[in-house]
This record gives sequence, structure tokens and C-alpha cells, in this order.
Amino acid sequence: MCLAVPGKVLEIERNPEGVRMAKANFGGIVKSVCLEYTPEVVPGDYVLVHVGFALSKVDEEEAARTYEILREMNQLAELEEGETEAAAAAPAKGGAS
Amino acid sequence: MKYIDEYRQQELAQGLAREIRRTVTRPWVLMEVCGGQTHSIVKYGLDHLLPKEVELVHGPGCPVCVTPLEMIDRAQAIARRPDVIFCSFGDMLRVPGSESDLLILKSRGADVRVVYSPLDCLKIARANPDKKVVFFAIGFETTAPANAMSVWQARQEGLRNFSVLVSHVLVPPAMEAILQSPDNRVQGFLGPGHVCTVVGYEEYEPIAAKYHVPIVVTGFEPLDLLQGTLMALRQLEAGKAEVENEYPRVVKREGNRVAQDLVGKVFEVCDRAWRGVGTIPQSGYRLRDAFRDYDAEHLFQVGSIKTQESPICISGLVLRGVKKPHDCPAFGKECTPQHPLGATMVSAEGACAAYYTYGRHLHMKPAAAGKAKELEVAHS
Amino acid sequence: MSTTSAPEHEPTAPGPAKAARGVDVGALLGSCPVPIMDHKEVVLAHGSGGKLTHQLITRMVLPQFRNEFLEPLHDGAVFSVNGSRLAFSTDSYVVKPIFFPGGDIGKLAVHGTVNDLAMCGARPLYLSVGFILEEGLPMDDLWRVIRSMQEAAAQAGVALVTGDTKVVDRGKGDQIFINTSGIGLVPPGVRIHPSRARVGDKVLINGPIAVHGIAIMSVREGLEFESEITSDTAPLNGLVEAMLKACPDMHVLRDPTRGGVTSALAEIAEQAKVGIRLEETRIPLSEAVKGACEILGLDPLYVANEGKVLAIVPAEAADAVLAAMRNHPLGRDAALIGEVVDDHPGLVTMKTTVGGSRVVDMLSGEQLPRIC
Repeated sequence: MCLAVPGKVLEIERNPEGVRMAKANFGGIVKSVCLEYTPEVVPGDYVLVHVGFALSKVDEEEAARTYEILREMNQLAELEEGETEAAAAAPAKGGAS
Repeated sequence: MKYIDEYRQQELAQGLAREIRRTVTRPWVLMEVCGGQTHSIVKYGLDHLLPKEVELVHGPGCPVCVTPLEMIDRAQAIARRPDVIFCSFGDMLRVPGSESDLLILKSRGADVRVVYSPLDCLKIARANPDKKVVFFAIGFETTAPANAMSVWQARQEGLRNFSVLVSHVLVPPAMEAILQSPDNRVQGFLGPGHVCTVVGYEEYEPIAAKYHVPIVVTGFEPLDLLQGTLMALRQLEAGKAEVENEYPRVVKREGNRVAQDLVGKVFEVCDRAWRGVGTIPQSGYRLRDAFRDYDAEHLFQVGSIKTQESPICISGLVLRGVKKPHDCPAFGKECTPQHPLGATMVSAEGACAAYYTYGRHLHMKPAAAGKAKELEVAHS
Repeated sequence: MSTTSAPEHEPTAPGPAKAARGVDVGALLGSCPVPIMDHKEVVLAHGSGGKLTHQLITRMVLPQFRNEFLEPLHDGAVFSVNGSRLAFSTDSYVVKPIFFPGGDIGKLAVHGTVNDLAMCGARPLYLSVGFILEEGLPMDDLWRVIRSMQEAAAQAGVALVTGDTKVVDRGKGDQIFINTSGIGLVPPGVRIHPSRARVGDKVLINGPIAVHGIAIMSVREGLEFESEITSDTAPLNGLVEAMLKACPDMHVLRDPTRGGVTSALAEIAEQAKVGIRLEETRIPLSEAVKGACEILGLDPLYVANEGKVLAIVPAEAADAVLAAMRNHPLGRDAALIGEVVDDHPGLVTMKTTVGGSRVVDMLSGEQLPRIC
């Protein structure tokens, strides 16, 4: 369920029926999106869009934080693997640090 | 694409897979709730990256799959009418009813249109005042705000020729039904990330506590799913049972209050029948009385509908994570996406359909294939 | 037509489709005189280039007209006439809308048959055209289409030498249908045939996928693009000639159209009884097309293409062919996207962007946009 895609809000306007809409850019394709559920969003923000409706603003700080966690863990895991391999190759030199 | 590509990187995926291997000391069974998550897992082959101790079973998070046969027949009965323009998301077009599907009806002259957004239906209604525009409003909580807005907006504008056929389902009651079942094997959940964008995750906290299961609200990209899996496994290894949020870039604990507000004005909770599972109390939405004029079920009396489900279909067991698609003797044989026998094969998000599309029936090990053959003989 | 010279290709053994895949075809056939039990009527999916199209052809057409030239179900048939090898192909065009960014139905019709001939390794020479026009089609539209065909034929270096025009009642013809058929000459030494794919061969493509399908859908779905996505329809005979020069012993050529890259490769894998393994990260895909696919919930591997050619070449020739492609305006973004393997004969699999694995199987019908 729930295909939703992040897009960047370009310009905001009201449609002829008075509904708050925006043009959002999804990797180069521009589509019309309803912003009624994200009143705080301004041009330049990213929003998560499902069936033509923005459901949430993408929190760029949180996104960066999540991503950092992944990268750090990856680097740490690589380091540890390197240590494990070194320890396995030279057991007489003592245990792993 | 920003906020998509970063979450598909191979190196980071391998890093997560490594960390998962280090974390796991015993077998665990996790369920990802959403059909979209199942789709992603199978499409990227994520379960192949996990150690064999970790089993992912697939949940009932596919609103297309669980739409009752009777509702599908009702939709088709309405679509057949010459005064109706029947609008639907693409997902529902090929779902077979007792006799036909919407795409076939379209080929026979019914005015059936695929829409991307419920607001498109309002455009169609305005442009065709002499026709009745009916929108098949299916979905989980994620789609409810969009569907609600179409009804709300129609009333604002005084549109008289628009109505919705509602078949909304809710996640938490389904999760509880699974957890309460005596053959339940699920020990932890990857929660539905986009549902929680709307409703938040407060209502999952009592479930985690009552059944002592970790629930990690998880996104849909490969790295999200792997990270959510890791977080759930860490909890299980530590004996914890909390609700955690893997998807904070779009999910907040309280969800989207503005959306919840409008949904609450337009819909109310009701009992719903889930195909393959049965009726789950308080597990769906229907239109409030104030919006009766927009309720296609009231506006179109289509008479009683007799439906017949296939006796050999085990989709109920698949939806609850008790069986896998290839455990079913009909999988890939009598039952394929071209001629589906039941709920989990009828839509691209169903576990059986996802497995089939991504070729799992072709990768069955000889032992499993032999077992399937035995079952087939036993059943016949 | 001379039939005394040796056949130009190995005819594939007739038999139930997909037997290698473990699907019980026998159960599906039953005892009804009409071979395809599942559908009492033709449905749209029968035309979408996927499984149902394949079924229709292999179960209803092939058995009735069985001969060595038809068997391979290649884009065109190759046969000898008085010592020269000719290629013959036909294609029909029903695309809607008839005018779309980057082209129109006429241009597609010329390119389509030119390309089918090129996929046989032939130099396209002569085309025929058949028009089925709906009463009420604006004359301006017809004129545009005809002019477009003239330009396309001139660009491809082919002559339109014969044709036919019919008009049907209003409401019975959806504006315009076009059929083109063509004849070309196959140079000596060139033997292109799906069954020639060998383990170790490399799979190449001349540029980004899914462009045409998205261009069409952009009109139908009302998508806008910052820089418009235009159909990549093009005559490929020049590019193919350059590729054959770099590798006269080309094994397989196929232009993926409806059903996407998947259908084309799945058919080859099945006919040649080899496995094909793709690498997702190597498949060229533009950001805008990717964005459109993400929004609509479409998998680009199944979206229609035009102006694209898949080549299966001996490993040692891959670099030379890639260089020749990149040297040509229609192959600037050519890429090596996979190889032929001996695992899973008859199947196409893919290593995904995150290092997992999945099978890439044909869909039964048209891919529809989804919300789930």
C-alpha cells in the first residue's frame, strides 16, 4: 500500500475552485499537487505526495540524520571487519582491541 | 532523485545487512505490514540479503487484495450502467469479480477511467453534468485524506453528480487480528510508514505493550526496510517491545492533524469484511450520514450479490503470515496473476502476485516443489 | 520464392510455450477447439507485447502457419531468392494520441518496419503502407502524418513503393491505423537469430530506456516536464550498420517496443534457452523518466521503447561494438547492461541496485499506474 513520492514544491496557488495547490518537481517532471493537508509548506520545501496530495513535509534534518546513521554504521562495520580480519591473520599478536 | 536515490545505495545496504547478521543470535519472524513494503522487498531481493534466521512474512497491507469480492461485484454492477462514468485507481482495474473485471467491462463499452488522484474525478464530474461520476474509494488510512477531500470538495461546490464507493480498511485492527490468532508466528512488525504519516503511531503503542511485540514504523526504500528490520531485531534480541520510528523524515508521532481532522469529518469507523480473512470489527471507514448523498452504496441499489470464493485458495493464511505463497499448491499453476484465485494474487501488491512477478515460483527448490506436488495430490 | 537453398537459420522446435518454466500448459489448453481457454474474447492485453500476446501468437497463429521462416518469431523473416538473402517484415500502428512529443503515428510506422528489417541485419530498401482511415479524420491531420512519413523514409534511406487506402465509418476506426511492410537485403556473412545467443555473450543497449512510453503517457496523464520528454523514435539502420561493421558476427539484435526491455529479453532467453543476467545499476535511465515512473508506480523495464536496440554480442567484440555505438548519434549513451549466463536457462534475472536479486519476467498485459 501507499505509493508516495517526495517532490520539491515550486509554486503555490489556489485553483479555480479555491483549493490550495502547488506545482511540484519530481526529478524533473512537474506535477500538480494538493497542499491542503500541509498548510505550513512553502516553495522550496520537499513534500511526500500520495495520489496527488502532499501528506507531509519532508524533514530535511531528520533525513540527513537517518542517512548519517547509516553511513557511520557502514564505516564502523567496515572498520570492525578489517580488525577482525587482521586479528584472524595474526592471532599471536594478541586479542582484538 | 532526492530522498529516493540515497536510500537505494548498495554499499549502505550491504552495511546494514552485515550489521543485521552480527545482531542476530536466534531465529525471528518479522512481518512487514504494507503491500508496498512487500513489493519493495521482493523487487530488490532484500530478503536474500538477510541471514537465514530472519524470516520476513508478508502482511495484509494490500487494500486491493482485501477488498471483498462482493464490493468488487458491486463496483462492476455500477460501472455497467450507461449513465455512469466509473473512476478508479489503476490497481483495481484487473481485479476479477465473480464474472469479470473493470478492464473487460471497459472493452465492452463501459465508461471506466483510470485516475491518478481523486480530484481528477471532480474534473470529470464538472465536465460531464449529464453523467453520474462514481469513484472507487479504496485504500488504507494513507488514502483516506485524499478520498475525504474529494467528497468534501464536491459538497463545497454543490456537485450533484459525484459519489464514492467506499472500501477503506484500517491497519491496527488487522494487526490485532493477526496477533490474536492461535497460529500466529509473528514476533515483530515493520509498521506501515505512509499510513503513519497520516495517523501517527500513538495507536500502535498499546498494541506493542499488550502483545509484547516491537513495532518499527518503516519506510519503503530498500535502506529503510533494512534499517527497520535491524531496529526490530535489536529490540527482539534485547527483549524489548516498543514502538520506534525508522522514518522520522516524514512520520511524526502525532501524524498529520489537519488530515486526521478532515477524515474524521467525512468518515466514521465501521466493521469491514476483509477478503481472505473475514469480518474484523471496527476495521474500516464509511461515509458519515451527513454525506449520504455522496455514498454510491446508497445511491445505486444493485440488489443482492452472490459471490463464490475459490475453495483451494489459502490467501487468508498468506495474509496473516502463516503461509508463504509457494506453500500453496495452486501457486504458479492454476493461480497466477492472469487468472488469480484469490485475494493475494489479484493485485500487484499481494504477496502471491509479488512473488510471482518477481519469479519466486521459478526459483522454488526441488524439495519445496516436490512438497507442493504432494500437497496437490493430497488435495485432489 | 526459392526453397531449395539451405534455410538461413535453425528452426526452433515447436512445442508448448514455457515448458521449461514448470507452468502446466497442458492444464490450460483443455479440449476446447479454440486453443486459448482463458479468454473468450480478445482483450487489450493481447496487444501489449507481454505474455498474452505471446500466447496468442504461439498458440493460435504459429501452429496454423507453421514453417521454418515463421518459427523463430523474429522481427522479420529472412529467406533466399536466387542467391540473395532478403528480409521481410510487417508492423501495424494504432498508437493514441496520433501526435505526441517527438513524433506521430506516421513516423513510428516508417521507423518500426525499417527497424524490424535492421534487426535482421538487413539494409532496408522498400516499404509499403496501408492506411485505414476513419471517416471524419481531419484532412490536415492526414497531411501531417503523410509528410512525416515522407521525412522519415527519406532520413532512413528507404523508398515507399506501394500502398493502399481504406476508409471506415465514423466510430469504427479510431482516427487512423497504419500498416507498413518492408523488404531489405541481408549482407553475406550476417546471421542474426535469437537462438545464436551464447553463454558469455554481452548484452548491450544504445541508450536510456522507457522514454517513448513515458512521452506517450505524459500526454495521456497530463504530466508536464521541465524539459519535455520526447519520444526517442528513430530509424536504427545506420546505427546497426555501424555495429555490424564492428562485429559482423553479431548474434542477436532486437528493438524493444511494447512490453519494454523485459519482453524483448525474455523472448530471446526463451528461444535461445539461455539465461540472461542484467545489472540494474548499469541500465541507462534519465532522471525525468525515472521521476515519471516513480509517480505513476511504473517499472521502467516494462515501459514501451522506440529507437532502442538491444544487441547480444560475443564477449570479445563488446568493446568494439560499444565504441562504434557511442560514435553514432543514436548510441551516445550506449551501455553494457548484462550478459548471457548458463544459470536459469530461459529466464532473465537482475542484480538490483542494493545487491539483491530478482527474476525479470514478462507481464501478462499492460502495466497500469498504481497507488499501492
